[in-house]
Amino acid sequence: MSLAAANITGVPRNESAAPILALSNVQRSFGPIQILFDISMELYPGEVHALIGENGAGKSTTMKIMSGYLEASEGEIVLDGAPVTFARSREAEARGVTLIHQEFNLAQLLSVEQNIFLGHELKKGWLLDHTAMRAQTRELLDRLETPLDPRAKTADISVPEKQMVEIAKALSRKARVLIMDEPTAALTTRETEVLFRQIDRLKEEGTAILYTSHKLDEVARIADRITVMRDGRIVRTARRGELNEDQMAEAMVGRDLSDMFPPKHPADGAEPVLEVKDFTIGTLVKDVSFTLRRGEILGFAGLVGSGRTELMEGLFGVRSSTGSVAINGAPVRIHNAEDAMKAGLVYLPEDRKENGLILTQDMRRNLTLLALKKFSNIVIDRKAEEAALDRAIEEFDIRAPSRDVLVGNMSGGNQQKVLLAKIMLAEPQIVIIDEPTRGIDVGTKQQFYTFIHQLAEKGHSVIVISSEMTEVIGLCDRVCVMRRGEIAGQVTGDDVNEDSIVRLAMGLEKKGNGHE
Amino acid sequence: MSETTSNAPGKAGFKFDIQALGPILALVVLIVVGYLLNPDFLGSKNITNVLSRSAFIGIMAVGMTFVITAGGLDLSVGSMTAFIAGIMIMVMNALIPALGTSWAVILVGMGTGLMLGAAAGAVNGLLITRMGIEAFIVTLGMMVIFRSLVTWMADGGTISLNFSLGSIYEPVYYGGLFGIRWPIIVFAIVAILGEIAMRHTAYGRHCAAIGSNEQVARYSAVHVKNVRLMTYVVLGVLVGLASVLYVPRLGSASNSTGLLWELETIAAVIIGGTLLSGGFGRVWGTVVGVLILGLIDNILNLTDLVSPYLNGAIQGVIIILAVVLQRARKSSR
Repeated sequence: MSLAAANITGVPRNESAAPILALSNVQRSFGPIQILFDISMELYPGEVHALIGENGAGKSTTMKIMSGYLEASEGEIVLDGAPVTFARSREAEARGVTLIHQEFNLAQLLSVEQNIFLGHELKKGWLLDHTAMRAQTRELLDRLETPLDPRAKTADISVPEKQMVEIAKALSRKARVLIMDEPTAALTTRETEVLFRQIDRLKEEGTAILYTSHKLDEVARIADRITVMRDGRIVRTARRGELNEDQMAEAMVGRDLSDMFPPKHPADGAEPVLEVKDFTIGTLVKDVSFTLRRGEILGFAGLVGSGRTELMEGLFGVRSSTGSVAINGAPVRIHNAEDAMKAGLVYLPEDRKENGLILTQDMRRNLTLLALKKFSNIVIDRKAEEAALDRAIEEFDIRAPSRDVLVGNMSGGNQQKVLLAKIMLAEPQIVIIDEPTRGIDVGTKQQFYTFIHQLAEKGHSVIVISSEMTEVIGLCDRVCVMRRGEIAGQVTGDDVNEDSIVRLAMGLEKKGNGHE
Repeated sequence: MSETTSNAPGKAGFKFDIQALGPILALVVLIVVGYLLNPDFLGSKNITNVLSRSAFIGIMAVGMTFVITAGGLDLSVGSMTAFIAGIMIMVMNALIPALGTSWAVILVGMGTGLMLGAAAGAVNGLLITRMGIEAFIVTLGMMVIFRSLVTWMADGGTISLNFSLGSIYEPVYYGGLFGIRWPIIVFAIVAILGEIAMRHTAYGRHCAAIGSNEQVARYSAVHVKNVRLMTYVVLGVLVGLASVLYVPRLGSASNSTGLLWELETIAAVIIGGTLLSGGFGRVWGTVVGVLILGLIDNILNLTDLVSPYLNGAIQGVIIILAVVLQRARKSSR
């Protein structure tokens, strides 16, 4: 691309202001492995600086160094023109640099108000000043247009509300530099708008904001300056309007996206394997009907919270549901994971650490847990297990320092491979894969896409759920788009593109054989 | 354990082995110390004594290992022993007019003990798994209930087995095979079966999976509630078995029968290397833990170096030490 060469470092400076916080040639290594190479970037007052990059590109490490959670191995952090070393995050906070974590740091059993002032409680003499804290909490929440009772228990509020509480907490600390790690991942469109309004307000007040998101449309909209990271290096810095979304994606991935995916094989003529009718799960999933064919890779797209995961968990039997499900034409009743496995349906959960793998056990035990019956008569056949592990390592290219390493000590990509190997040991006909490549690097992603294609070629029927639009588009010939617990419509063939999926997901249009 | 295709042994595995040796080393040290202090310590009479007294705790501790591995806990086993022993004695005494003083009565008594154990375990397990009440609360309640029932049944005193029936029953504790007493034989069998079940069966694997991460277990087609319920039922049956062996020893049950046995049982499991938080259990470790506790008691009784009244204090130190070592292992991972 001709654009790429033009502007690697030379961004015209915002001449009027000096940066509040800057990194200068920062390096960071964990043991022998270098994670960050020569990172230099500046945060200016009143500017939104977006940091984008694939998972594993080094965004989190960079943010943690800025906010005092990690130290730089080499290089300088410059605050207000003078080099600083934050001994810990509290020190950074005291100097006005606040990081809002993607995983919330809220004490679940404390109230909203207690969380906002945790560690910075207002006092009257040596007693807590409840009145002042409550009033300030109210004011902060009002500003964020979040009608929450300051006394509400944090465990009882919704995820977007928790995000707002985190932001309120940062606001209460009078942050001059606000670092936000994917703040909109858990927010609805409306809440995102509220957040953006707050960001605008903070900008006006002169706060410097570092913002990361995987939603490139958001980045294009709010960022004044964009830094793209790849493999621990800054590959591109640009000002507002200099990069469109495709160019951002290309800079992040570093290769043409079309190379990532093997060619698609439509499965139009094949016989249906899974037929789902009027499938309902409480209020989360409403009257969903769809069909999956032999050898097909069917995509499920939709915003977070649209009921995709819940639908699949229902099909897998770990959520109770109503409606009819037929496999190979015969009706089946699935009440738990074992029923599902017997019916030939397996599910690779979205959250591999919570639902997929036992991090404190080795690969062998994890691998055989689901299909353990195949390995045990009265006692478990250890040799067969070892042989299965050999095959899995070979087939899925699992790389581990040793055979008995604890799964928790393996990289995300290798964990995901163990998990895929685990569910495939059950010899399923239908494979549901929820977020196949969350938190794994680009190379391994590509491997996964090949695995998924191979599964389909071998005659398995695959459902892929993904929040990464490119993934669904690259893998699937047919995509069901969910919105508010319903299938808003489906797209096939050439219609499988970002525009038509987003329109359905946002409720802008009904299309195909949508159910209403 | 034969790692046929293993690469260079992983760091974790190596450290782990040293940790596993800890309880065994402690046991060896105790044996050496015991022998140096009093050569009679290793005499067959003393060893028989120690082992047959440890057998009750041991049998229950094997069951407790599964409960704790699956992320549970049972505080009721001590008073459950007393309750089962009391009911067994009352049932047997009541049957004498009908069946005479015969083995038949004793067999019915034994059956009652085992059934009662299974039932009590099922009550614990059902309350925990179906009602979703914390194991600590349920079994704490049951502990108090059983203790109170025994006191009430004995009217504050002692429930005694009919004397001539007692002398028929006596060989179940004092007799044995090839000079090894029955309680020791039963303990050994239970321990071996437990070890096999824990390490080599799907059931043991499932217990560890549930204790590590219940959600992963559920998504892996493990029947979490049933497996967990079974751990309590099996423990109940083993408490029944321990009671069956205990009744002929003294021929009576009272308010103080099995007092603090629950703590000794849990302590043995933890000393043996099972994680109190669940997810990892080691039956042979539990056996070592039982022996350590039994030997400390015995050594203090055989020597006048330290007052036997300090037994509890020493056991307490060892329990805390065992957990400190577990912590060290966890953080080194």
